[in-house]
Amino acid sequence: MISMYWYLLVAAALFSIGFYGAMARKNAIAILMGIELMLNAVNLNLITFWRYVKPSNPAGQIFAVFVLTVAAAEAAVGLAIVIAIYRTRDTVNVEDLNLLKG
Amino acid sequence: MFLSLAFAILSIFTLVCALGVVTARSVFHAALFLIGAFFGVAGLYVLLEAEFLAAAQVMVYVGAVSILIIFAIMLSRGYGAEGEAGNNPQWGWAAAISGLLFLTLAVAMRKVAWPVVAAPVPKDAIAQIGAGFVGQYMVPFEVASVLLLVALVGAIVIARER
Amino acid sequence: MNDLIYNLAQGWERWISSFLPAWLVTLIDDLLIVVALLLLVILFVLAFIWLERKLVARLQDRTGPNRVGPYGLFQPIADTLKLLAKEVITPDGADKAVYNLAPVLVVFGPLMGLGVLPLGVHLIGADLNIGIFFVMALGSVSEIAVLMAGWSSNNKYALLGAFRAVAQLISYEVPMVLAVLAVVIMTGSMSMQSIVKAQNPLMFLIVMPTAFVVYFLSANAEMARTPFDLLEAESELIAGYHIEYSGMKFAMFYLAEYINLFVLGGVATTLFLGGWGGPFVDKVPLLGTFYFLAKDLLMVALWMWIRGTFPRFRIDHMLSFAWKVLVPVGVVLVLLTGFVVWLTNDYWLQLAILLPGNLVTLWVALELLGRDARKSGERDKRLALA
Repeated sequence: MISMYWYLLVAAALFSIGFYGAMARKNAIAILMGIELMLNAVNLNLITFWRYVKPSNPAGQIFAVFVLTVAAAEAAVGLAIVIAIYRTRDTVNVEDLNLLKG
Repeated sequence: MFLSLAFAILSIFTLVCALGVVTARSVFHAALFLIGAFFGVAGLYVLLEAEFLAAAQVMVYVGAVSILIIFAIMLSRGYGAEGEAGNNPQWGWAAAISGLLFLTLAVAMRKVAWPVVAAPVPKDAIAQIGAGFVGQYMVPFEVASVLLLVALVGAIVIARER
Repeated sequence: MNDLIYNLAQGWERWISSFLPAWLVTLIDDLLIVVALLLLVILFVLAFIWLERKLVARLQDRTGPNRVGPYGLFQPIADTLKLLAKEVITPDGADKAVYNLAPVLVVFGPLMGLGVLPLGVHLIGADLNIGIFFVMALGSVSEIAVLMAGWSSNNKYALLGAFRAVAQLISYEVPMVLAVLAVVIMTGSMSMQSIVKAQNPLMFLIVMPTAFVVYFLSANAEMARTPFDLLEAESELIAGYHIEYSGMKFAMFYLAEYINLFVLGGVATTLFLGGWGGPFVDKVPLLGTFYFLAKDLLMVALWMWIRGTFPRFRIDHMLSFAWKVLVPVGVVLVLLTGFVVWLTNDYWLQLAILLPGNLVTLWVALELLGRDARKSGERDKRLALA
């Protein structure tokens, strides 16, 4: 069996890449994609721990399904907000969405 | 031996696709790389013997969330010249901090003695998941259903044509 | 002799493991299974191309292809040669990587589904314990491929066609999954072989006919065939999302449709028609393969019959049919099946509640549809006369 450390490393790398994507991109949809990558990394972590620490307890997979569900719901609402913003401001560039700035 | 080979191929594929998501010039290409990353993660779930979750990941993420993202890209005219998903002025700092985050996690995880158990996955794992959903974890299940309903109604109301 | 294919496979396995290491044996066996499945499906796809043209022609009171060979049997080969010889034009401004990847992914989805079809008593590519869920998840791959094809063609009509196609595909995936869910609840497992073995006294077609009807219509729409073929009909949006594809790339879309026919027909036989079950299968397992392929052919012929008979739906009718008719019927079926399985373990009592329940659901749905059709017909008449 492959050592658990490698799976955790892949999940950490995925999380860092998603974090970079959420911080460094201009397009609001690209930021949402970074967030989805981070949620996938979290799910991968959950399943790795389920498999290697206690495979007899289904709680690992159940919670991963909940994370999946919440991520999908959040993507839907986030994208609806992006579409609504595009309709009023005619841009999805987060640099230009600074109306509240002093 | 096949297991290690499969793990290497799948993780390299996933990480390359993830890097593609955050560095692609056009946001549509970033969406396609994201789909590749989702498939890679589903493959890793299969290696971890969580095949129900792998199929659920493909069905929900690739079949629904990715299509949502692509529709949003189309509806916000994110294709062609306007689809430039460039980087912020502070992308250097973001890269440095995420690199630091990864190094911290890698070093910290190495030092912990995880309570690893070499137990096999039970044969009726899927039945156990189903029983868990309507048994011990019924309240989170119902709350997740309400959350989905709220998200559905909310998304429609927010994105409605005035 | 009774179980010819399986015994041949066992014999081959014994011979080859005697002088090769285990990992190489696994590799060679897997490659051989892949080649065998591909050969089978290509044979069937050629047969389906001929069958479609002949059957639809006869239904429309004409002869169909009869020049290329006896009864036009070599027509598929002629079609293939024509498509191979056509010039492959890539539109200017198309996104090269995505444009070339889309036909590959379109074939990839249905082709993966071949691996989980139970072709015989012991003959299955991989008996996954999420067998049927795997096939449902593969539908998502086709949706992505359609979007890629539409977007990368640099053509507004292709894009619009791709959006409509994806709307149709995701709308009809929901009732298909609900109908499959009803079968899985009755069986208690998602593995394909378990589903076939659970249909021992009676096939699920008789136990839950409404689920079969829901699955049949949803699969018809998933394959985008008439009467749901608004997306690729020649008189509508020119040719939908594959306008800009020609030659062998178009042949990939064409091929994907027929492989999808085979796979979804195979899934329908597994779930509802009893798979490889039939008389004398326990004594002569080779008959199981023959039964499966015959039932698959029957399903495909049914779909082709419907294609030659009905006019096509408008896009808004199609979507409202999925969400307002098929999804409620599917949900009622799942609730009914779950209730019956919870209520009792006795097979005949389950049958006694499920079969009338299914028929009542079907009757109520048809009544409500008829009432709605009559009301809108009277409204149209009033508007026309006024």
